[in-house]
Amino acid sequence: MRPWRDRTGVFETLDYDHVTIDTSHGPMLYMEDITVSFDGFKALNNLTLTIDDGELRCIIGPNGAGKTTMMDVITGKTRPDSGTVFLGQTLDLLKMSETQISRVGIGRKFQKPTVFENLEVRENLALAMKGPRSVWRALVIKLTGDQRDTIDDVLNTIGLTAQSLNLAGGLSHGQKQWLEIGMLLVQQPRLLLVDEPVAGMTHAETERTAELLTQLAGERSVVVIEHDMEFVRSIARTVTVLHEGSVLAEGSMSEVQQNPRVVEVYLGD
Amino acid sequence: MLMRHLYNDVGGNILLALVLASALIVPTCNLLFPDDSIFHVSTYTVTVLGKYLCFALLALALDLVWGYCGILSLGHGAFFALGGYAMGMYLMRQIGSRGVYGNVDLPDFMVFLNWSELPWYWMGFDHFWLAMSMVLLVPGTLAYVFGWLAFRSRVTGVYLSIITQALTYALMLAFFRNEMGFGGNNGLTDFKDILGFDLLSDNTRAALFVLSASALGGAYIGCRAIVNSRLGKVVIALRDAESRVRSIGYRVESYKLWIFTFSAVLAGIAGALYVPQVGIINPGEFQPLNSIEYVIWVAVGGRGTLYGAVLGAVLVNYAKTSFTAILPEVWLFALGGLFVLVTLFLPRGVVGLIRRKGGGT
Repeated sequence: MRPWRDRTGVFETLDYDHVTIDTSHGPMLYMEDITVSFDGFKALNNLTLTIDDGELRCIIGPNGAGKTTMMDVITGKTRPDSGTVFLGQTLDLLKMSETQISRVGIGRKFQKPTVFENLEVRENLALAMKGPRSVWRALVIKLTGDQRDTIDDVLNTIGLTAQSLNLAGGLSHGQKQWLEIGMLLVQQPRLLLVDEPVAGMTHAETERTAELLTQLAGERSVVVIEHDMEFVRSIARTVTVLHEGSVLAEGSMSEVQQNPRVVEVYLGD
Repeated sequence: MLMRHLYNDVGGNILLALVLASALIVPTCNLLFPDDSIFHVSTYTVTVLGKYLCFALLALALDLVWGYCGILSLGHGAFFALGGYAMGMYLMRQIGSRGVYGNVDLPDFMVFLNWSELPWYWMGFDHFWLAMSMVLLVPGTLAYVFGWLAFRSRVTGVYLSIITQALTYALMLAFFRNEMGFGGNNGLTDFKDILGFDLLSDNTRAALFVLSASALGGAYIGCRAIVNSRLGKVVIALRDAESRVRSIGYRVESYKLWIFTFSAVLAGIAGALYVPQVGIINPGEFQPLNSIEYVIWVAVGGRGTLYGAVLGAVLVNYAKTSFTAILPEVWLFALGGLFVLVTLFLPRGVVGLIRRKGGGT
């Protein structure tokens, strides 16, 4: 954190809210040769990965393959030992703080749903809403009519309209997952990182999530980490298989499934 | 516009009504009824109640950081004492030549230490407004600098509590030293008047009581407005899931820092109102034990409700006044026992108990 150098909230034009992501050459996210080690263990090992604008990408891989670490690197939670991460052509994510990265338009849904349990469902969405983030603005800010409408729309999409004034802590597990997706939607990110969205969901909920994620891709890029192969097959156009911190295979679901190295990793030796 | 925040706040409305009523009734009964009337409230009682109001304001400040922001400060006594010292310095300068040594330029303790001139940091304290701005600035600046360092390094939880405790302990040791120029272990006392009004007169006492009540009422409305605003929601959210708040783009550190600083300023105001009523400020106010006691008030009342903190402060202090009159040696055991009992059986304090009994929210 470098508050004394961070001009956020001082000059509107310098706010990261107004930064445009240059995707004119294709990729939305560009990671090259990323290495992260924890006490000698390489969680990521020369990982190189590109996500195109508007793409829906599924990342699969056995436990410990580095999927979550990869998301940590993108969101600035973990700093890599080496490598480069760019959002669009121009934004070097390794030089930005977690909050800045979030504000330029990367939204993340965590594996374990974390909603603000002591706030109403509506308030959860209002907090996540794209907009100013400074303390002084927060003291006086009110939702505009447009923002209220957006929240209503999102509540509708995630099926929580009836619960909008309940405390989020009282929601079921599936509903919390949905609320968290809703919180991502109101942030209007350009790149959505979704970690195990259907864990603990019923079959019907899973189907609805698949539908929603497919809808979202196109206007924004979506990266999904998931273990549920059925789910991955139902949404994925391109699948990346991670193994021991680097990319093992990439391609359509059927290509990947026929790849002998993938079969070896998944079926064991 | 501020009243809007109190619309659904039943506990807050009751509290404000009580504070307003006491601000009207207590001084009236003290000043208008003769000593032998059954409606007469003694000046001693006015002072004791005025003290409770200051403690309630301190508890309110602590509840804002602990109950809403999740920062368990075990050093709020330091901000309270610093506000008190700033007020005490003004009152010392008002003594003028009426001290034991009759020195116009120097307070008694400096004459006693053979100092020949006023230290630079005492300059200007004979001006009321400068002293009052120091009441706000000194605790506020300390909290800002301390918080900036602590929150920037992401010190949280028990570690933060320990360093706040260390902060107040260090200040206690410093203020005990005679060379610091704050009267050493005797502190500042023997005050005569404030803004020309005799501190011992009933009228001044009543005015201080009304001021304390207004400060409490005003601070309550201010805190409620903060808690109800978007800022308050962010603060509650970061108490429950800090990293999630960071991940949706809020600079958690700044939020903590401003809440902590605001709370310290409130604690300073409480200290400044406390000192003229009790007539003394000494380094004992910095004792770590005091700060822990403040936390117990909030816990007993019910944290995270604001009015619960006020209730707790008054209840525990009433118990303390009664106990120390009858069985002084038992008080600390009773206090410790109370804390254990509240933690085990009343995690939401007395307010939680009332709510459960009432079957309400």
